[in-house]
Amino acid sequence: ERWYRSASGAPIALRRRQHSASCRQLAVRCPRLRLRSLSAATSAAWLAAYGLFLLTQNSTVLSAAIIITLIGLIIYLHFVKIDEESLLVIGSLGIQMTSCYASGKESTTFIEMSQVQDVVINEAIHMQKVIYYLCILLQDPGNPQGVSEVVPLFQSSKPRLDCLIEVYKSCQEILEQRKMVPQSS
Amino acid sequence: MVLKVFFPSCCASAESGILIGRWISEQNSAVILAVVHFPFIPVQVKQYLSEVQQVTKVSISVLGSWSNSKQEKEESLSEFLEDLGTIFSHEPWIQISKEGDSKFWSCSTLQKHSNNPKEEEIILIYYDQRKVMLSHLHPPLDIASSTDHRAEDASKLSAIFDTVAKSKIVFMTDRYDDGPIKLTHWQSDGVEASIIVELMKQASVPACMLLTFLLSLVSGVCRSRVLKFWPLSFLWSKLSTCEQLGHRLQHLQVISSNRKAQNQGQLMRKANIFVSLLIDVALGMLLMSWLYRKNRIGHLADTLIPVADHVAEELQDLLQWLMGAPAGLKMNKALDQVLGRFFLYHIHLWISYIHLMSPFIEMILWYVGLSACLGLTVALCILSDIIALLTFHIYCFYVYGARLYCLKIYGLSSLWRLFRGKKWNVLRQRVDSCSYDLDQLFIGTLLFTILLFLLPTTALYYLVFTLLRLLVVIVQGLIHLLVDLIDSLPLYSILLRLCRSYRLAAGVKFRVLDQQDGKPLRLLMQINPLSYGSVVQTYRLPTYSCYPKDSWTSLCKKLFLGELIYPWKHKGEKQD
Repeated sequence: ERWYRSASGAPIALRRRQHSASCRQLAVRCPRLRLRSLSAATSAAWLAAYGLFLLTQNSTVLSAAIIITLIGLIIYLHFVKIDEESLLVIGSLGIQMTSCYASGKESTTFIEMSQVQDVVINEAIHMQKVIYYLCILLQDPGNPQGVSEVVPLFQSSKPRLDCLIEVYKSCQEILEQRKMVPQSS
Repeated sequence: MVLKVFFPSCCASAESGILIGRWISEQNSAVILAVVHFPFIPVQVKQYLSEVQQVTKVSISVLGSWSNSKQEKEESLSEFLEDLGTIFSHEPWIQISKEGDSKFWSCSTLQKHSNNPKEEEIILIYYDQRKVMLSHLHPPLDIASSTDHRAEDASKLSAIFDTVAKSKIVFMTDRYDDGPIKLTHWQSDGVEASIIVELMKQASVPACMLLTFLLSLVSGVCRSRVLKFWPLSFLWSKLSTCEQLGHRLQHLQVISSNRKAQNQGQLMRKANIFVSLLIDVALGMLLMSWLYRKNRIGHLADTLIPVADHVAEELQDLLQWLMGAPAGLKMNKALDQVLGRFFLYHIHLWISYIHLMSPFIEMILWYVGLSACLGLTVALCILSDIIALLTFHIYCFYVYGARLYCLKIYGLSSLWRLFRGKKWNVLRQRVDSCSYDLDQLFIGTLLFTILLFLLPTTALYYLVFTLLRLLVVIVQGLIHLLVDLIDSLPLYSILLRLCRSYRLAAGVKFRVLDQQDGKPLRLLMQINPLSYGSVVQTYRLPTYSCYPKDSWTSLCKKLFLGELIYPWKHKGEKQD
């Protein structure tokens, strides 16, 4: 496991596992939810609710604030906060991307190898920065040289170029094997 | 190239035997469907396979051998298994062997006619046979919409799903059958069936026939000549209740037709319509039981007349305000009085008619409320129609105001052209210059001035009544949106996604299991279910209303020019 930095400066960890000659798993772990920031947000919300209660003398404001905080926290943990993003490359089968959320939910997408044209590092303008990101180019069925879709990877952890280069090299080693195949059979 | 073996997880503890399944040579993968146990006669196995091939149109063959030995590997058994490879000739001959209770199996292939001496890598992929057989793979929406002949580009996974789904007949024999061949697959412990499902299947045939007969009677009555005379047919086309009833009748016809559903899409559509009708009628019955308890209908009828009176009084106050100095603006007194008195008399007439009908309101409401048993959507449509009838005078005022304003605007624009010495050429649809006589110009300028100074009064009346009409239209629109939602929501598909999520598959996902060096790579293939948004989008039922095609700019333009607006049109109505 090696440590890198994300585009915004937070520390992220890259873990590589080789399961077999044509199967590799690359997982990027994002920083976990800190207790400090969680308690700061909760106390700010409840202080504001208490202030409103003092103004309006209506106790439903307090219960509403509690319910909103709880529901907001559940929604954040289940739909927004991503703990780990991993890429599983199985030569001759396909590429699978998994995102694990903080609540334990896992969302997976599998792309078959016949649809994958290439894996490249691209540049993009994100807010006020220009960042590098890794993406999969999908083949256009009608045009063998054309690209029908670009699927970006590691969107929530946004690793920097050094980490992306490691991932890129691992992927390309496996993708090259499939180009060698037609010559050997 | 890498060899992929799809092995059903139910056969992991089966006795030794030979593997049957399908070999997909383009993808270099073998889909194993079942294990045939010893003792067997090779001729009978070949006969059985050719029979299955004829029925299912899937090219099933013997792919290899499977040995599950509880003790050490026996040399004679492995030679015997290799000899089997010569009887059932298949390229490549796959040999899988499991020792004791070990998770890690050894897999090897025998290739007689290959010139490649290198050992190729083998990937062992476990799959849940029952779930893959029952699930339906949905292609991504953009591929589904384009219909090219790309059979060879079809997803590789769909080949595997197809193979398992079409081979249902292989899974019909279980180990209690006395046939010559003993198989192990997911149903080999006994074929399961549900009594309730079988009973419902038997009962559905006569029920469908009865329903078809009743529906043909009803549609015969609807199409009879009596109902086609002019005032009645105009009324039916304007009432949204009749549209909704016709829509539901169509749905009932789809369900009760005795043609079997051809493919997955049609089956889901029938199921969705059935569940939607059921929920609709259940909610309608609930509403009816709530309405008829504690004489709520009586209360409703009692409050209806005072509400109508109240609305009329508010309108009268509004007109008095307009006839004075509304918002500090100065109106033309004479025109103001004329328009105001005209509309006041109209309201007076309306109130008289409402009071005339008031003794019958309760009885009418009572009988109309009974129709809520046909469904909640019908009740909502009736509510929308009642609102339309009660606010009919607002609609009339809007039409009067709009027509007056429209005339004024056209007059003004034409006279403005005259003012500048131009004319509208109807033939060429453009503005041409024209020389007018002096008296034409004089009268034209006079009329233009009159119309211009009368414009604020008319415009104000038009504005007020247009706003009222838009309010009523928005309320009716919300009710229709709710009706559309109930009509088009695919409830059966959503329930299926909730309870049996493997039946609606968006794709697959792989999990890497424990590995051991020297043994093949082990993966577990699971089904990735479709997301709720895609479920709703794929299986939405079509509805009869089309949402307004006018964009906001064209709507504003129509309002400015005084053209009448009909924002909620139904499919089948003529668009002007």
